[in-house]
Amino acid sequence: MKHEFIEKNVGWLAVLTAVAISFGGLVEIVPLMNDKSAITAQPGMPVRTALEVAGREVYLREGCYGCHSQMVRTLAEEVLRYGPASTAGESVWDHPFQWGSKRTGPDLARVGGRYNDEWHRIHLNNPRDVVPESNMPGYPWLAEQGFEAGEVPAMMRALKRVGVPFDDAAIAKADADVAGKTKADALIAFMQSLRFPKPLPVATAEARP
Amino acid sequence: MSEQRGTAAASVQYEDRAIRGFAVMTVVWGIVGMTVGVWLAAQLMWPALNFDTPWLTYSRLRPLHTNAVIFAFGGSALFASSYWCVQRTCRAALFLPKLANFTFWGWMLVIVLAAVTLPLGITQGKEYAELEWPIDILIAIVWVAYGVVFFGTVAKRTVSHIYVANWFFGAFIIAVALLHIINSIAIPFSWTHSYSAYSGATDAMVQWWYGHNAVGFFLTAGFLGMMYYFVPKQVGRPIYSYRLSIVHFWALIAVYMWAGPHHLHYTALPDWVQSIGMAFSLILLAPSWGGMINGVMTLSGAWHKLRDDPILKFLIVSLSFYGMSTFEGPMMSIKTVNALSHYTDWGIGHVHSGALGWVAMISIGSMYALIPRAFNRPAMYSIQAINLHFWMSTVGTVLYITAMWGAGLMQGLMWRATEADGTLTYSFVESLKATYPFYAVRLAGGLMFLGGMFVMAWNVWKTLAPPAAHARSLALTPARESHA
Repeated sequence: MKHEFIEKNVGWLAVLTAVAISFGGLVEIVPLMNDKSAITAQPGMPVRTALEVAGREVYLREGCYGCHSQMVRTLAEEVLRYGPASTAGESVWDHPFQWGSKRTGPDLARVGGRYNDEWHRIHLNNPRDVVPESNMPGYPWLAEQGFEAGEVPAMMRALKRVGVPFDDAAIAKADADVAGKTKADALIAFMQSLRFPKPLPVATAEARP
Repeated sequence: MSEQRGTAAASVQYEDRAIRGFAVMTVVWGIVGMTVGVWLAAQLMWPALNFDTPWLTYSRLRPLHTNAVIFAFGGSALFASSYWCVQRTCRAALFLPKLANFTFWGWMLVIVLAAVTLPLGITQGKEYAELEWPIDILIAIVWVAYGVVFFGTVAKRTVSHIYVANWFFGAFIIAVALLHIINSIAIPFSWTHSYSAYSGATDAMVQWWYGHNAVGFFLTAGFLGMMYYFVPKQVGRPIYSYRLSIVHFWALIAVYMWAGPHHLHYTALPDWVQSIGMAFSLILLAPSWGGMINGVMTLSGAWHKLRDDPILKFLIVSLSFYGMSTFEGPMMSIKTVNALSHYTDWGIGHVHSGALGWVAMISIGSMYALIPRAFNRPAMYSIQAINLHFWMSTVGTVLYITAMWGAGLMQGLMWRATEADGTLTYSFVESLKATYPFYAVRLAGGLMFLGGMFVMAWNVWKTLAPPAAHARSLALTPARESHA
């Protein structure tokens, strides 16, 4: 077939274009959906609490991913600085993923337990009170805003529909769990949960098939 | 270009209403998007500039900046130039001109909704795809309408061959529809909330398949379409090699789609995907440079025109930046280079050598060529002002990208530096502290580029505002192919 044929036939041009652009995604995306190493939860990883779910929502909505990654790469200096390299299994309940693409601030995948809640509270209000050289904006409004009744259960139900294994009891008491909590409380709870899952106790590990 | 010659063109009444709207809005959204960018660059130096106000805060405005410059500024330039090009090269009026007007108003509505929702923190949390699901649906509807108008016009052409610029515009329209729809699949749970249907590594792969091909198709194939029309037109010579355009077109669109995983090197994405992504990213250098060579070589024998024509300067310098950033991209996709460059400001520099140097400069040059014709004016009001704009853009871009290269290399080296005893040399905040001087240079570069856009706005304003009586008679005359 001469190329001239395509140049004179818009239908074929469109069809062949669609064919040419479809292989990359088919080869790179579809196998991942069935790749056990990519879709199996990290052993010992706890399902998020209602407050942590609410906190992750705050993280998304404020756009923290513009400056913070949550991905310790498999490089010696990163493991040295942040902690164990991230695994795909740690992100399987993350809709959407928040690995990030830029570190204007440090990676947060292992930030849990590194600072206490009070430090985070001061830092979120005005980062320069604890890190004078920081260029992170202050988020004072987070300490003044809470969650409406039904807001967090709706998040959890939606996440459950896309595959996060919340049990119904946890969803039922989600409102009570976040009652009286501010968005700052939730965000801090979420950040404190960012850590490499504790390995399973030996007995449990052996019991696994 | 030969298809512009002959008497047949005179009899076609082109439909340029939507084009005029998009052309003017290119300038407006360019100023808006770049102003937000400069504001954010300032916030990175003086974080108090958010005034503790949620909707003025860096993290909420950053998606507004990216969406405004890519989809509002770049998108308007693409709509305008593709509608212009497809009519002239097919020698046919737009198919369903009212639908074309709908794409204009629909796209403007999308942009306004983005400008309202993003500062309010209404976002899906995926880069370059932040807009929530109702806006995503509106985008899909407008985009399908765009496809109908474009391909309908190609179908009713009165010349036998489909000109090469239209292959690129066509591929851009098809690919962006596919990318947008697949990446945006989400489960809504209110009008302003939804969660991505994908998770973790799969979501990362889908996102960067989308993200990298937003670069490949929105910011490359579409603008190559623009290049294939406006460069030969402005030079007054046919494109350098027709055969090269065929080869690099098919190679470019097929290979780009594989390159996404280079955004995820050394992450938890399975290794085999990273390796495929790197291999295809390296191959991508060849078809990318095919476009640059074809554009630049079109000047063969007409290089002297570059001396006096600032529009041509914009077009050719944009191709130089295109060649540079498409060399830099494959280099950064090499895993060992990426280990240093990723997550640093080098990435920001790379993006802006493409966005300012290539996308913005080819758009600006094309709009300077298109606007007087679309509005039935003899020429732009001031050629000197175009020249001034050219130098402001070029110097601004160079300042911006060199500052970010310096910052990125330094950050990458500081993050990996270790002492003899194996401990890290620098804390994270030391690398930030060392970056501030680079941020100052970047801000200066951004301000200069933005300043150039104001020169353009003034020039366009003057071009479109002739003496009152003259304006009235022009308004009564439908626009026609006056320049052919």
